[in-house]
Amino acid sequence: MVTDEKKTLGVGGSRLAVAGARAATERMLTARSGTDRVVSGGFGALMFLALGLAVLTIVSLLCWAIVYGWPRFDANLVFGYPTTAFREETGFRPAIIGSLLVIAGVIVLIVPLGVGAATYLEEYADQSRWYNRVIELNVQNLAGVPSIVFGLLGVAYIVRGPLSLGFVALAGSLTLALLVLPTVILAAREAIRAVPQSIRQASLALGATQWQTIWRQVLPAARPGILTGVILAVARAFGEAAPLLLVGAVTFMQFDPTLTSRYTTLPVMVYDYATRAQEEFRVVAAAGVVVMLALVLLVNSVAVWLRNRYEQKW
Amino acid sequence: MASTPLAARGAGAGSPRRSLRASSPRYGEKIIKGLLFTCAALAVAVTAAIVINLFVPTIEFFSEVPVVDFVTGTLWAPRIGEGAFGIWPLVMGTSYIVGVGLLISVPIGLLSAIYMSEYARPRVRRVIKPVLEVLEGIPTVAFGVFGLLFVTPFLQDLLPFLPWEGVFSLGVAGLLVGLLIVPLVASVSDDALRSVPAGLREGAYALGASKLRVTLRVAFPAAISGIIAAIVLGASRAVGETMIVLLVAGAGNPRIQWNPFAHGQAMTSYIAGVSTGDIPHSGLDYSTMFVVGALLFSLTLVMNMLAIRLVRRFREVYE
Repeated sequence: MVTDEKKTLGVGGSRLAVAGARAATERMLTARSGTDRVVSGGFGALMFLALGLAVLTIVSLLCWAIVYGWPRFDANLVFGYPTTAFREETGFRPAIIGSLLVIAGVIVLIVPLGVGAATYLEEYADQSRWYNRVIELNVQNLAGVPSIVFGLLGVAYIVRGPLSLGFVALAGSLTLALLVLPTVILAAREAIRAVPQSIRQASLALGATQWQTIWRQVLPAARPGILTGVILAVARAFGEAAPLLLVGAVTFMQFDPTLTSRYTTLPVMVYDYATRAQEEFRVVAAAGVVVMLALVLLVNSVAVWLRNRYEQKW
Repeated sequence: MASTPLAARGAGAGSPRRSLRASSPRYGEKIIKGLLFTCAALAVAVTAAIVINLFVPTIEFFSEVPVVDFVTGTLWAPRIGEGAFGIWPLVMGTSYIVGVGLLISVPIGLLSAIYMSEYARPRVRRVIKPVLEVLEGIPTVAFGVFGLLFVTPFLQDLLPFLPWEGVFSLGVAGLLVGLLIVPLVASVSDDALRSVPAGLREGAYALGASKLRVTLRVAFPAAISGIIAAIVLGASRAVGETMIVLLVAGAGNPRIQWNPFAHGQAMTSYIAGVSTGDIPHSGLDYSTMFVVGALLFSLTLVMNMLAIRLVRRFREVYE
């Protein structure tokens, strides 16, 4: 019995016994033989190397872009028009305005459509019905379709074909909205699903209709999660270039775009500058990369901060 | 539900029994449900539109070009002379990208996942996860520009004995695509490893196994279907990547060649390359974009469905 041992060993003695037992167990659980220890250590080193490579990529990308693009960190970068005559003063102004316009269009489209679809799937849909399962399957599949396929959809049906908008910023917004919509739907579904049933049941018990419950209780409770999902989707849409290449984003324009004019965006213009032969254009491309990375990092940090600050533990 | 006066009087508390149905038909609710259903059904409409958009020109294409030529041909030159429409050069380009990409991302991603789920302290894990999320959020154009203007020249200087050809390189594109998909592989594998029940690991520890042995021989095999799903998802992402391939591997003539360090064209960069020239409105040239797009879409669809099925089976077994 423990108490008997304590009496015979004394306090110090029993502490020694515990320490001895712990040491013996630890020795059992860690590497036994020499080879085991070497393999363990080697494996640990490999893991650190792997993680280190991932981190090194980001760091080297950022460092290279800053160092190489340094000569062009001036006001003209953001406010200047692209020009081939005065290569040191060429800038991204139409691209930045174009990006803002396209992103605004994307937000206006994905918030109602995405949250609406997620609400239907979580609150109203009966899983036993085949059409609801088809909808869910489609959302999951669309999330994995390559972005350039959406560009093909855009060029055939939005720019030409049924919608015939032409090569304008609105068409770009529509294409990108369709691209990120599945992401928003999935994120909103997670947020709505996390709201506990007790809130819904309490609201219904007090006499509210289903829509009143959703609009006044569930959606406000899910707001942080939905907001984070929308922000992350917007950050992704901002960085996309491939579908926009197909949907008419010109690579070199010298006037300010509007929603119904030809347009370009920052990633597309960076792509154009990078492929030119002259050194000045490449430097500007690197500076543009820094601007893009800064914006994306900023937006992602805001999203993560929002998620951490307003995440509710039910 | 009709209530008789007798029943009402006999209810004791005195309040009459009410029907549980709403007092009015609530048409507003039905309208709202219909509206929301339309939003959700949009997903189906988009998929249908994509399928029609890709496969109608494909059918038109195959009415002019024999399927046999397409599937077995080794030259892709739609605009030269009569046009050659063999798909293998483009498929080979994509395969190189996916192959090198997986070669880079699977070891790094798996090792990172194992470290995060088995060995890392919670504080380290809280730091690493956001870093990987940042890696995932970098625009692919940035990777592409980085690859074209820095990585390829750097590697050409570092290893001049390799068979480089010019400024473009499929291998470097594959390398960058691999680094791009590391977070995807790592996070799905991490989820899979964490879903393995603690009882399995604890049983192994109780029998005297070391930590390394438990990780490699118990946790890893138990999570294998989730890990395969991670690899398949990574491959699917690599197949669909455009900007990195366009910038780093070049948009020039696709050809069958066995040198991974030379330039090359993949399916995605071909579609993008065609469109940055003058996009013809019709004709065989135009249809080639959609035919290659259809192949791309089918490939990623199959891979994604496989991955979803694997994840679902994995979840069923362990949850």
